[in-house]
Amino acid sequence: MKSEMTRKEEKVKKPNPFVTFFSSFKSFFVNFHKRFVDGSIGTKLSHFIMGSGSFYHGQYVKGAMYLFLQVLFILFMVLCPEINGTPYGFKALINLRLGGSEGGDFDPMTGEMTQPSNDQLMLLFGLVTIAIIILYLLVWISNIGSSYKADLEAKKGKKPTTFKDDLKALLDSKFHVLMLTPTCLAALVFTLLPTIFMICMAFTTYNQFDMNAEGTVLFHWNGFSNFVYMFTGESQLGSEIKARFLPVLGWTFIWAILATLTCYFGGILLAILINKKGLMGKKVFRTIFILTIAIPQFISLLSMRNLLGEYGPVNSLLQSLGWIDQPIGFLGLSASDNEYVAKVVVIIVNMWLGIPYTMLMTSGILMNIPADLYEAATVDGASKTKMFFKITLPYVVFITTPYLISSFVGNINSFNTIFLLTGGGPTYVGYQAGGTDLLVTWLYKLTIDNGEYNTGAVIGIITFMITSTITLITYRRSKAYNEEDTFQ
Amino acid sequence: MINDPYKRQKYKSQKRSKIASLSATYVILLILSIIWIIPIFWVACSAFRTEYKDGTFIGAVTSGFIPSTVGFKNFADLFNMTYNGIEHAFLRWMGNTLLVAVCCCLISTFLILSVAYCMSKLKFKMRKPFMNLAMILGLFPGFMSMIAIYFLLKSIGLVANQDQPSLAILGIIIAYSAGSGLGFQVAKGFFDVIPNSLVESAKLDGCSNFKIFKSIILPLSKPIIIYTALMSFTGPWMDFIFARVIIGPTNVEYWTVSVGLYDMLFGTFADINLFTKFAAGCVVVGIPIVTLFMFLQKYYVEGVTAGAVKG
Repeated sequence: MKSEMTRKEEKVKKPNPFVTFFSSFKSFFVNFHKRFVDGSIGTKLSHFIMGSGSFYHGQYVKGAMYLFLQVLFILFMVLCPEINGTPYGFKALINLRLGGSEGGDFDPMTGEMTQPSNDQLMLLFGLVTIAIIILYLLVWISNIGSSYKADLEAKKGKKPTTFKDDLKALLDSKFHVLMLTPTCLAALVFTLLPTIFMICMAFTTYNQFDMNAEGTVLFHWNGFSNFVYMFTGESQLGSEIKARFLPVLGWTFIWAILATLTCYFGGILLAILINKKGLMGKKVFRTIFILTIAIPQFISLLSMRNLLGEYGPVNSLLQSLGWIDQPIGFLGLSASDNEYVAKVVVIIVNMWLGIPYTMLMTSGILMNIPADLYEAATVDGASKTKMFFKITLPYVVFITTPYLISSFVGNINSFNTIFLLTGGGPTYVGYQAGGTDLLVTWLYKLTIDNGEYNTGAVIGIITFMITSTITLITYRRSKAYNEEDTFQ
Repeated sequence: MINDPYKRQKYKSQKRSKIASLSATYVILLILSIIWIIPIFWVACSAFRTEYKDGTFIGAVTSGFIPSTVGFKNFADLFNMTYNGIEHAFLRWMGNTLLVAVCCCLISTFLILSVAYCMSKLKFKMRKPFMNLAMILGLFPGFMSMIAIYFLLKSIGLVANQDQPSLAILGIIIAYSAGSGLGFQVAKGFFDVIPNSLVESAKLDGCSNFKIFKSIILPLSKPIIIYTALMSFTGPWMDFIFARVIIGPTNVEYWTVSVGLYDMLFGTFADINLFTKFAAGCVVVGIPIVTLFMFLQKYYVEGVTAGAVKG
């Protein structure tokens, strides 16, 4: 009985997220009902004709804007403006439901076949139309809300806000609306929409094999089949995808772990060396290492690729020393090169790139470690190595955990290093993923080079699931998230 | 000073071990510095290399490290280079990249700072959901949405097309800066440290939120403004893949410098004899960026450290 009581108390302390979600959902509809019943005739009317509530309260500019938006939306949905022969509006929704048509449709009006459909635009415009409908609904709700608010103020005997007042509020109480609108719109169109587009792609038949005679790619919805094909190998790509999927996934993990840890601890050690007491020319050393951060990455990576190439100075030097007969394929640029050599070299080159960055970051943190910790340890007779492992390392790791996570996620998505250095090689004949290919570079090859949009999208979603799981688990536990408000 | 002979000996040995460990540090650091410098030094050497064999100029990668004769031939050739029929191609690429970088810098800095300020100092209903959404979107691989962005820009005519290829530049500016507002975390961390009491007392004095932002927050934010501007300015110089996909692998006139330099070695019109010119190009691109970094190093380090702690 008692234990149940405490459990109940705990429940009160931490409300179930689902419960809060549904209760807010419920209150949303209750509010709707209330506004419709309690509101003035203007509020009631504005459920159907936007802006009528504002007209009713004499806010003419606002009302005209709402009305204009509604007219615009209806015209958009009914008239279905076309770009490159692909319609928006309600036709886009039909297209989205049915998918593309092979070779075009028979048009009963003219008795001719229509042009074959442009499918990637169909899918895209369908999503854009849905986004516009959602935006319209938001405006519609705000229109009812603004009218109801004016009702309440009229009841209190206040004058409804004028258009000038509304504009002024944008600079003060509604400042966040003004500040966030540009980002929200831009991110909606160029980040959120594309992401949803690619997620949808994973559930379609949209790839090079699904082309019609004109070479246009077609799409039809096919549920989770693409995900199943990854593991069963029953797609048109045969067993190639299945055979390469697990090795690429495994190497992505090994790469991310090794690349993160080598750069992280290497950087800390370098920072300790440079910040050693009594060392002269600290600035010179620091500048040398910062140089590699400052140089654009594609320059240093492409230079490394040449330096380690078949005819590059490194191979020539080793040959002239007589250590090797044939040039070593350090980067797996030809198909016959050893995969493991390429993997090791990639990690070493990545250390060259990443260590200075961690060095720079931890230098400041090292200097902030309270000196009395070390003094106390010295009094207790601790050795230098013991102090490093018991004081320095825990302190730095504790502070930089968020960085460690974000750099791990960054390494999973580390496209440039692999693509510019090895191009994913050494390539297996008949396979599309090479020995050093990560999930992201494989995604690039599948989509851009081979037109395998749906398989690429599946890999993108898998990558996202990996990174998001890692991030959510660690991030939600981290101080930065839970104690975010303590700063303020 | 120290009379006890035993203690004096201990002191001496301590001093000796200190010197030993310090000189060991010097040796290690020196070796590491050489390792870190060599690739950069090699590219710089190659840029100035002017070697001939039987009267023909050697432009490819050679086994030698230090050139026997040096000169400015590669730079002169690079600036006069006609690439796939486009005259002075490299200068055009530099111009394109500068244009893109300046535009991105202005737009991104504005977006990032405005979002960061909202998230840090204003209270409103959608704050936490917005932050979570921004984090989730950041976890998707950028290349996944790249194709969709390409189609999107294509449908409004902002990628390389036959009629108006120059619009591709506008397309790449949009692609770089549109989503930048979601990368507000570092700047938010900076604003979080500015005490809230400052904002509240200004509010009591009747300042509007806009005025607080303009006359209190912004003047205090010079380091983060410089950091954000530096990051968004250097971004287009470093990125390669987005520009290549959106501007197109054949639209030579409107490439950015990274696409061009990559193509000289590994692309459609690649030639191994272009290597020394590539190296010269690296030096030309590298020097201004490195100088900028070195001048603004202080702000960069501040931003990086803040970002590491706040995640």
